[in-house]
Amino acid sequence: MSAGSRPPSEEELPTPAVQSRSWLPRLVWVVPIAAAVIGISLLIKNWENQGPRITISFLTGEGVQVGKTLVKYRDVTVGRVSAVVLSPDHKTVVVTADLTKDAESLLRADTQFWIVRPRIGVGSVSGLDTLLSGVYIGMKAGAATPGERQFVGLENPPALSHGPRGRELQLRAARAGSLAIGAPVYFRQFHVGRVIDENLLSDGSTRVTVFVEAPYDGFVKPVTRFWNASGIDVKLGADGLNVQTESLAAVLAGGIAFDDGPTEAVSAANDIQGDFTLYKNETEAMAPPDGDPHYIRMRFSQALRGLDVGAPVEFVGVNIGSVVAVDLGYEPRDKSFPVVVTAKLYPRRMGQAYEVLAAQGKTESDETLAVFAGTLVNRGLRALPRSASLLTGKLYIALDFLPASPRVAFDASIRPLELPTVNGTFQELEANIGRLVKKVNDLPLEQIVADLHTDLKDLHETLGELHGRVLPSAVDTLSALHSTLDSAGRTLDVESPLQRSLTETLSESRSTLQAVRELADYLDRHPDALLRGRRPQKLPHTPSAASSSEAKP
Amino acid sequence: MTAFKQSLELGLIRCPTCGLAVSRVSLRMDRRCPRCQDRIEHRTPLSTEMTLAWLIAGIVFYIPANLLPVMHTGGLPGEADSTILGGIFEFWRSGDWDIALLIFIASVAVPFTKFIAIGLLLFTVRKNSRWQQHQRTALYRIVEFIGYWSMLDVIVVALTSALMQFQMLGTAEPRPGIAFFCAVVAVTMLSALSFDPRLIWDRRT
Repeated sequence: MSAGSRPPSEEELPTPAVQSRSWLPRLVWVVPIAAAVIGISLLIKNWENQGPRITISFLTGEGVQVGKTLVKYRDVTVGRVSAVVLSPDHKTVVVTADLTKDAESLLRADTQFWIVRPRIGVGSVSGLDTLLSGVYIGMKAGAATPGERQFVGLENPPALSHGPRGRELQLRAARAGSLAIGAPVYFRQFHVGRVIDENLLSDGSTRVTVFVEAPYDGFVKPVTRFWNASGIDVKLGADGLNVQTESLAAVLAGGIAFDDGPTEAVSAANDIQGDFTLYKNETEAMAPPDGDPHYIRMRFSQALRGLDVGAPVEFVGVNIGSVVAVDLGYEPRDKSFPVVVTAKLYPRRMGQAYEVLAAQGKTESDETLAVFAGTLVNRGLRALPRSASLLTGKLYIALDFLPASPRVAFDASIRPLELPTVNGTFQELEANIGRLVKKVNDLPLEQIVADLHTDLKDLHETLGELHGRVLPSAVDTLSALHSTLDSAGRTLDVESPLQRSLTETLSESRSTLQAVRELADYLDRHPDALLRGRRPQKLPHTPSAASSSEAKP
Repeated sequence: MTAFKQSLELGLIRCPTCGLAVSRVSLRMDRRCPRCQDRIEHRTPLSTEMTLAWLIAGIVFYIPANLLPVMHTGGLPGEADSTILGGIFEFWRSGDWDIALLIFIASVAVPFTKFIAIGLLLFTVRKNSRWQQHQRTALYRIVEFIGYWSMLDVIVVALTSALMQFQMLGTAEPRPGIAFFCAVVAVTMLSALSFDPRLIWDRRT
């Protein structure tokens, strides 16, 4: 076998030539090299894209699924939940999520996470897509330095998840009214923002955070007044019924409106410091600043039924304050029970009068007010209850000048100030009405009524007689009159025989009269004819003679 | 077994196209068949090297094919990227063990078997081993035959992403992993084709 194979192996000399062109098949090594390069590049890319792993703790992990629940920032997926475990103390759920590399810069200490679930409110509906796709974890980037990896999730989504440009404002209010988070904020009935937070402060007041969107936040100035625009404002004024509301959504969900306040309150500084006040309504918001209230006390010696706490105190028709308390006092001197009314006054509301006072260099203090009130009392200022409405019987306190009232001593040193009072006009009116009623009571009403009763009875009898006797005979007379008139009508008719014979008689008497006239004429001309008889006619007018001769017999 | 003679011992080369037995001595420099002019080689040149190259490429491609997602499903039930192994687990967990088994055999077992089988063949040929020559030839035939069955996964993904296009309700899209998987199948098939099974029987000293 080896001997046989020897010669052919000698023949195999050209093989080096074959190998020289065998580089082409060797190109196949490009394939695994390329595969390796691709694989390694993928690995590097994957390693580079390996984002941070974060943990978020939530109170519940409702709906969160490992490997399926996504982490979204501005509705773009930036990560995926990789594990959900209970915290060691079993009080929270710790969600581990792998984020993409580019989300790393979003992870700051104040970055917020929350679980997006469907939420339906009056003002808005959100997260409806999660009904079908399951929940996802929303994310809002913070502003602190990056590098945080452990977060505490929010239970409720922040109102502004995507940080639109604008300005956040804090409003303070005694009560929040019917405001809900997400309630609209209006500027001249344009929707320019919304309520993003409500807090109950430790002092019991409410702080409402509103967000005004970017182009409109310039309208918020230090003089801006905010007021609660919830519901419908119905006013019955001298110009008719006035219904005002910002929008239907504001009626349902509540709302806040703002506008520039009174211009005299413009402060020099243009930057906004501190919180704004949220007023109850537009009227209150737009009222000039009241300043500090001053308290006064009034003793009325009459019952003040209908005077409520909050009833207005009017000075010459201008509302300058309100009643804060109505108490019953006791006066040991005459053992009477006066009604003690405490009211707060805003002297600034007195307008120019107060300005004049302030211009005299007197500071705004109780002393100033006492002196001011003293002069007014000397000129006849008295407090008196007046009826605001006869229908409801509500009273208000009027401070009016009554120069005719007896002078009283005014003690300017008493605090709170005590204003002299007079009894209200309504009470005087009541007394007058009482007197009137007494007079009416004194009238001999019973006798008058008895007399009237007899008179009426007589009248009744008379009428009965009239009915029984006079009326039948009147009817007879009327029917007789009717028949008489009827026959008269028949008699006077043109066709009646009487009429006809009358006509004939008349024509006969006319011809008779004519003959008599002719005879008279003849006798006038021939008086002798009376003696001699008639002569034959010679004159040419024979026809008349003939006719007279005819008429003669 | 020694009763059989090798063609080389007889000084003959068989033309693979027309079957003409050519004497090695009479073969010209350009090594073409005198009858059909096709190229004649005693053994496929660089067969083992090419097989090895393709095999290595296949193994390299197999890693991203399994790590990267092969399909992305979106829509109302949620968005998800699934890998081959993840899909198998998903089916297994949801109770479809038969489908899971089928995909496992087609996508994991078959390529893996091919790697081992071709690797074994290459190793034994390199060693000039005379061990289990019949079984090794049978193994080669099996590897050649089952090669394209691994394309099952590729077809599943292609069909699903073509048919599942319901916008909101559900969509399926292929992901890069399936391309790598396709490359694995193609490259291992090329690897098997490059292998010259006659090398199993060659006795070189």
